[in-house]
Amino acid sequence: MRLLTVLYDRGAAQLIRAWRRSLHFRVVSVTLVSSTLLVVTFSWLLASQITAAQVGSRLTEAQKQLEQGRSYLEPQFRDRGDAADPGLNGFLRYATALLVPADPTAYYVLLEPTNKDFLKAVKPQSPQIEDTRAAQDAVPADLRQTIEHSRKSAYQYVRADPDGRGERPFIVVGTTVNSAMGQYSLFYLYPLDEQVDSASSVRTTVFVAGLALVLLLALLSALITHLVVGPVRIAARTAQRLSAGLLDQRMEVRGEDDLAALATSFNQMAANLQRQINRLEEMSRLQRRFTSDVSHELRTPLTTVRMAADMLFANREDFDPLAARSAELLQAELDRFEDLLTDLLEISRYDAGFAVLDTEAVDLVPIVNRVVERLRPLADRANVELRTVVPDEPVIAEVDPRRIERVLRNLVGNAVEHGEARPVVVTLADGDGAAAVTVRDHGIGLNTGEDKLVFNRFWRADPSRARQTGGTGLGLSISLEDARLHGGWLEAWGAPQLGAQFRLTVPLRAGDRLLSSPLPLVPEDAEPRLGPIPPDEPSRGVRHAS
Amino acid sequence: MRARVLVVDDDPALAEMLGIVLRSEGFAPSFVADGERALPAFREARPDIVLLDLMLPGMSGIDVCRLIRAESGVPIVMLTAKSDTVDIVLGLESGADDYVVKPFKPKELVARVRARLRQGGDNTPEVLTVGPVGSQVIIDVPAHTVIREGEEVKLTPLEFDLLVALARKPRQVFTREVLLEQVWGYRHAADTRLVNVHVQRLRAKIERDPERPEIILTVRGVGYKAGVA
Repeated sequence: MRLLTVLYDRGAAQLIRAWRRSLHFRVVSVTLVSSTLLVVTFSWLLASQITAAQVGSRLTEAQKQLEQGRSYLEPQFRDRGDAADPGLNGFLRYATALLVPADPTAYYVLLEPTNKDFLKAVKPQSPQIEDTRAAQDAVPADLRQTIEHSRKSAYQYVRADPDGRGERPFIVVGTTVNSAMGQYSLFYLYPLDEQVDSASSVRTTVFVAGLALVLLLALLSALITHLVVGPVRIAARTAQRLSAGLLDQRMEVRGEDDLAALATSFNQMAANLQRQINRLEEMSRLQRRFTSDVSHELRTPLTTVRMAADMLFANREDFDPLAARSAELLQAELDRFEDLLTDLLEISRYDAGFAVLDTEAVDLVPIVNRVVERLRPLADRANVELRTVVPDEPVIAEVDPRRIERVLRNLVGNAVEHGEARPVVVTLADGDGAAAVTVRDHGIGLNTGEDKLVFNRFWRADPSRARQTGGTGLGLSISLEDARLHGGWLEAWGAPQLGAQFRLTVPLRAGDRLLSSPLPLVPEDAEPRLGPIPPDEPSRGVRHAS
Repeated sequence: MRARVLVVDDDPALAEMLGIVLRSEGFAPSFVADGERALPAFREARPDIVLLDLMLPGMSGIDVCRLIRAESGVPIVMLTAKSDTVDIVLGLESGADDYVVKPFKPKELVARVRARLRQGGDNTPEVLTVGPVGSQVIIDVPAHTVIREGEEVKLTPLEFDLLVALARKPRQVFTREVLLEQVWGYRHAADTRLVNVHVQRLRAKIERDPERPEIILTVRGVGYKAGVA
């Protein structure tokens, strides 16, 4: 039983899916249902009309016969008056036998006394039917009453079996026949076999014709839809191939109709698309090539310069003070130049769209610890306390460890630089398929709207502020790209004088979509002062005042 | 005895500067600027270590690296201007032991060269066995030989050191960082590519089926360990 329901549900679900997906299926089924409805209604009307006409003519004939029978019997009965007449039953048998038609099964005659007193002496007569009882049973009681009271002829349709040939429809027509001794009822039982047969044959014909019509219509609609849907499906398939990168896919143009116009415009669109994409690809390829070349062409001489500067710097004690100072400046500025070049090349790699994510499953805990340990000397110089909050369990995520480490280095470095000698807290947590790291500082914080600006290239919170670590101004932009490459988020929160918090969230499994972050963006210690005042705060204030 | 260093680089200024730095650190450098002449120069100079630029005229550094590796286990350090993983992994897979990305600091380069030259000084009389029964590998530490199924397997000194480090403490899981420190002599470095590529190369030589390793096992999210019986 349950299996049946399941099967039924599955079938229904499949039907619904087919309905939604296939225009073909929809058109054919709508045609099928509507034409079936039409054909059923039409054939029902037709069959009932024909039957009614046939039965009507049969009734007229029956009434005519009945009238004839009555007008024959009445003069006969005028002479035979006495109920005590011993020959009465014989006479009745004789008289009714004369009413029997040439074809004895065309209809049946039944004569019975209407008056009840009469019953004992007079027997009902049914010359064609041996069992008179059966013939009498075929006459419904209400018809008898109607005739008795109105003394007119009446009829009724019944299902009966007077002759033992099976129950079937009859018209029973009846009337009263008067005689000197009392009243008789005369009934004619007309079988409707012929009418029923012909009605059912009409119905069969109409049904078969209707079925054929419905099938034909379904076939026709399928054919027409196929003619229309076919090219549309081909267009859809071609579009799919186009979007999958097979840019030279085209549709076949046949004839000059609407579908040919569709194919022509489709092909035009594809050609334009192909041209545009090829141009963009060429541009991107050139930029990639350029980035790669610039990278190589710049790095090799820079290496030589770097090594030369280091040699000079190492031997600066042997120089005169001016040359020694120059060597120091050269060394320091080369560091900055190198950092800037590295960052510029990295960001142009993102712009050219050829940064690749190289993921592996790694534990994020040691990465966080390593980043913090490496920046501890810098933090000590800036008098910033560096704290970490990491889970005891490993947090294993499929990430590009070099990029994650670079992002964290950037965030922690920034926090130390803007930390105003107050503690910086680095927190790692995981949950719901994501891992998050927040870096919280308690420095001057960010003004409204700056939480988006910080990710802009070369953006600085305060251009006049002295720079300590001499960042390139590209760090957060690159970090944002790194986070995006992971399918992750990098967000900033900040409020004036409350400090700032940066949150990096990445999915634990590469390629998963992020839905939420296991850590809040707005730190808990900053929230009450930012949000609406909690309800108990003002009441406490009132109590103080009173 | 001054260690001989072969510098394969087409940029004359960089080559000269490298020469200055290496000489000042007590090495004996020799130079070749062309990829096609690199192999003959290598055979002639018999260097203790090779510094190899990846972009060379004539023949690419990758091919030079393969040719040298085919006939010698001498340490090779790549000098590359490309820091993309593809380029670095390609270089490491062709047989380089280590790499430095331009622009590098002279101290950094010298530290790498020294680290690569230091290896192989281990002469403890020790024979180690790793791997499950049936596909065991026997390591003779002082003789620097590795036997698998009765046959000697040729390993570079670096691959040998990596295998010995893992085999000395079977069952212990080594993080990539620990391996970098013990085998490559790095401190505070996290270049997992270096470890991953070398583990792959080592597996290709000693595992029956490198796709299903039995001797060097990966511990997901942590690192590697040696398989035991």
